[in-house]
Amino acid sequence: MTLKPFLEVKNLNVAFPTEDGLVQASNEISFTVARGETLAVVGESGSGKSVTSLAVMGLHDRKRTQISGQAILNLDSGPVDVISADDEVVRKLRGKAMSMIFQDPMSALHPYYSIGNQLIEAWSLYNEGDKAAGKKRAIEMLDLVGIPDAAKRVDEFPHQFSGGMRQRVMIAMALINNPSLLIADEPTTALDVTVQSQILQLIRDMQKEFNMALILITHDLGVVAEVADRVNVMYAGKIVESGGAEDIYYRPDHPYTIGLLHSIPKIGELESKRLVAIPGQPPSLINLPRGCSFRARCAFSDRVSGNLCATTAPTLDTKTNEHFSRCHLPEAELLKARKEIGGN
Amino acid sequence: MTEPLLRIEGLQKHFATTTGGAFSKVKGTVKAVDGIDLDIYPGQTIGLVGESGCGKTTAGRTILKLYEPTGGKITFEGQDITHLKPKQMKPLRSQMQMIFQDPFASLNPRHTVGTLIGAAFEIQGITPEGGIEAEVQRLMARVGLNPEHINRYPHEFSGGQRQRIGVARAIALKPKLIVADEPVSALDVSIQAQVVNLLEDLQDEFNMAYIFVAHDLSVVQHISDRVIVMYLGKVMEEADKVDLFTHPRHPYTKALLSAVPVADPIKGRKRERIILQGDLPSPVNPPAGCVFNTRCWKAQDKCRTQVPELMQIGKDPSHRIACHFPEE
Amino acid sequence: MLKYLARRLSATFLVITLVSMSVFGIFAVLPMDPAALTCGKACSAPVIEANRHRLGLDVPVQVQYGRFVKGLFVGRDFGEGAAAFHCPAPAFGYSFNRHECVTTLIAEAFPVTLSLAIGAFVLWLSVGVSLGILAARRKNQWQDRAATAFVLVGTSLPTFISGILILLFVALKFNLINPIEMGRWVSPLEDPVAWFRTFIFPWIVLALLYAATYTRFTRSNVIETSMEDYIRTARAKGLNERDILRKHTLRAALAPIITLAGLDFAGLLGGAIITEGIFNLPGLGRLSIRAVLRDYDLPTILATTILAAVFVVVANLLVDILYAYIDPRVRVAS
Repeated sequence: MTLKPFLEVKNLNVAFPTEDGLVQASNEISFTVARGETLAVVGESGSGKSVTSLAVMGLHDRKRTQISGQAILNLDSGPVDVISADDEVVRKLRGKAMSMIFQDPMSALHPYYSIGNQLIEAWSLYNEGDKAAGKKRAIEMLDLVGIPDAAKRVDEFPHQFSGGMRQRVMIAMALINNPSLLIADEPTTALDVTVQSQILQLIRDMQKEFNMALILITHDLGVVAEVADRVNVMYAGKIVESGGAEDIYYRPDHPYTIGLLHSIPKIGELESKRLVAIPGQPPSLINLPRGCSFRARCAFSDRVSGNLCATTAPTLDTKTNEHFSRCHLPEAELLKARKEIGGN
Repeated sequence: MTEPLLRIEGLQKHFATTTGGAFSKVKGTVKAVDGIDLDIYPGQTIGLVGESGCGKTTAGRTILKLYEPTGGKITFEGQDITHLKPKQMKPLRSQMQMIFQDPFASLNPRHTVGTLIGAAFEIQGITPEGGIEAEVQRLMARVGLNPEHINRYPHEFSGGQRQRIGVARAIALKPKLIVADEPVSALDVSIQAQVVNLLEDLQDEFNMAYIFVAHDLSVVQHISDRVIVMYLGKVMEEADKVDLFTHPRHPYTKALLSAVPVADPIKGRKRERIILQGDLPSPVNPPAGCVFNTRCWKAQDKCRTQVPELMQIGKDPSHRIACHFPEE
Repeated sequence: MLKYLARRLSATFLVITLVSMSVFGIFAVLPMDPAALTCGKACSAPVIEANRHRLGLDVPVQVQYGRFVKGLFVGRDFGEGAAAFHCPAPAFGYSFNRHECVTTLIAEAFPVTLSLAIGAFVLWLSVGVSLGILAARRKNQWQDRAATAFVLVGTSLPTFISGILILLFVALKFNLINPIEMGRWVSPLEDPVAWFRTFIFPWIVLALLYAATYTRFTRSNVIETSMEDYIRTARAKGLNERDILRKHTLRAALAPIITLAGLDFAGLLGGAIITEGIFNLPGLGRLSIRAVLRDYDLPTILATTILAAVFVVVANLLVDILYAYIDPRVRVAS
């Protein structure tokens, strides 16, 4: 794809000092996402997938967080680096140029205000007009995201809505000012599976409708496969592999991605062959090991000559076009590895 | 196969809902579980699946008599245990154990792992060969924990390791039946496979029967021999695994299977999908007739008035569904 | 909502009835004989009996209670013949020690207690809540530590110490209170300045304790609320920090404080015994303590006890209604 990216993240590093030491939550993060494109960020808890997006939104704790690098939004009015820009500048981009929805729709809406009230509040931040105009727009948005009887339900309170409906409300609120970038952080994780497919469908429809750049953060490889154009796989605060969805699923280059794909049972695979588990657990982000962070769990690090995995952190290199992997394993060994784990 | 290890017939568990407060009144009943039958044999795994509010967790707990059943019959190794008092249940407790979802909440943070796992022996007054400590260490090694960590506290372990502690505790007395309630859903993807593999290995080794309660259909498909699909307290469909996943007959099962995202970008996007309309109704006030009728694309008047019976369908004599208009 | 109100109102009425009955019952079984206390040491049995009759204590307790309730609604006559007194409704009884209808005694004392309670309430609520918010916003900075120190001092100093300290080393030392006129009741409608001078130190003493508690409570509520997901949502919308605090954080964080404040205020309306004692204020607290310790004045004790209970129960009701107004989860069924 040769679209001009809307968001360009360049070498972003986020760390928090804690009593136990500096937590290096995300490191050397670079990626781009264009309008109309869906980038999935996949990883397990503590992989840094949410931290990066919160930093882009300016929603991290500014006092406590150490942050470096750039995150450039290519606005119509010109590029803005949200990392170095003033708080006030970034605030006025939130909800307007970029919006975010979160994992738990049950707690993401204020329990004391009506749905309409909360939508109108978001609308009136960036629009002239009285409350009636705001309410009209709120009803329009609720209608658009598939809330039945929106004109009546706009006056109801969050606790009167189910989880799926609340997530729809969150989406309506995030999109009310027509943003160019939507970050969805585990938007369906708290929902039942039949409701999840509704919400995923809605997010896809809305992306088309608003021609947005979409960053979908999730741990669910199934969800990623269904919606992503491109995928960033994160592990221990770094992007370990990045590429088009088909590259990632059919030609994974990183042992972690390969392992992950084979550790999940797939619907329709009925012969009960043993799952290929990745042994061990992710390292602590406080004292990241030297060399490759995945080395301790990697089945192939002994195939890399010269103890390279233990001494040198691999860089995110391209092996084929637009497909990057952070691994020392030589191409030939990699093909063997794919076969050994997956049997294909 | 002759006598099942456990037989459940028409199991029901209803809860009274109240208005709350000092002058609370009974408002109604929630039929959390409304009629489950199952036979489970040693070495077999039965999956209990469904979405929130379907009663799968309540069912699991009622089977172990952690809740007093409202109706139906539970027979364990030929003995009717439906109305046994907790005291009478005690000797049977070593035979039937539970693994919980949340490895953080289900372990007392003030006790060491040794105490937690060893408690089973003390409660039952059993001293294993070589003493409790040696046995606990053997169990820890068996579930993949470092036996040297016997004196550590739960917070010193990761989520996956904590679930291993839960597993060790459950298998300590070599039970014949384990009810595992969402044992892997709180764990990270790469850790889930470790615990699933562990459960499978232990089953092979001890020939235990599992009732595996989960919402994740792909895990249930992987681990189960037989699957029961529940919706709002009712059984919608039950069948052997292969039959259920290759040839689901209930519209709900079909929709549920098609809703599971497939980790395959080409196949996943090409396949036929059924997106159900609307949300799950509240279990407090379930729809009349077939409980699924409000979201079913095949629903007709009959479905809104008549509760469908659970009946045998197709070639497999153990395949049963509750639907007036089954899928072909 | 109407149904809820009706249910709550009837429950409140029931509680008040039960409280008054139990207070009555407790006094009936106390091993003391009010009739014997009415005349001096050389009392003969017939005199005691006559007094018992005069006090209305010679009938069964349920009859006494019936008379009491009736008196509340239609007024009541006490004593007989020439010594008879009429107390108009609502008659709580007659204090034979002070030769006055109890209702009159209460009517004199109540404005004092009310003045004390209102002023202290405004003071502690404004100081406590704003200090709490400040401490939460400046968590772990010097403002927070200063607030914590205040909380420590405020909660650990009992009123009788802080009261005496303030009276001796501030009020009297700098001639801010005239010791002779101290505690003289002046209506704020007649002489607001004198009223203010009478009450300012009692307010401070009383507010100190409560303000400390409220600072701590507000601080923890604000900190807890600001970590809620919906606050993050508000920030993600692009709201500025001031509006997030004002419209989102405080609305949720302060709601539970209303409950606490309502009940504390109601508790004070029953009388602040120590503060009233130190500053010589003729309020309900002193009325009760005198009735208990000096006069053994049963009707007065009964009346002040029931009144205090009524304040708390009614406050409970009002707080719940107010809470339902604030929190739609209570008001609107899902």
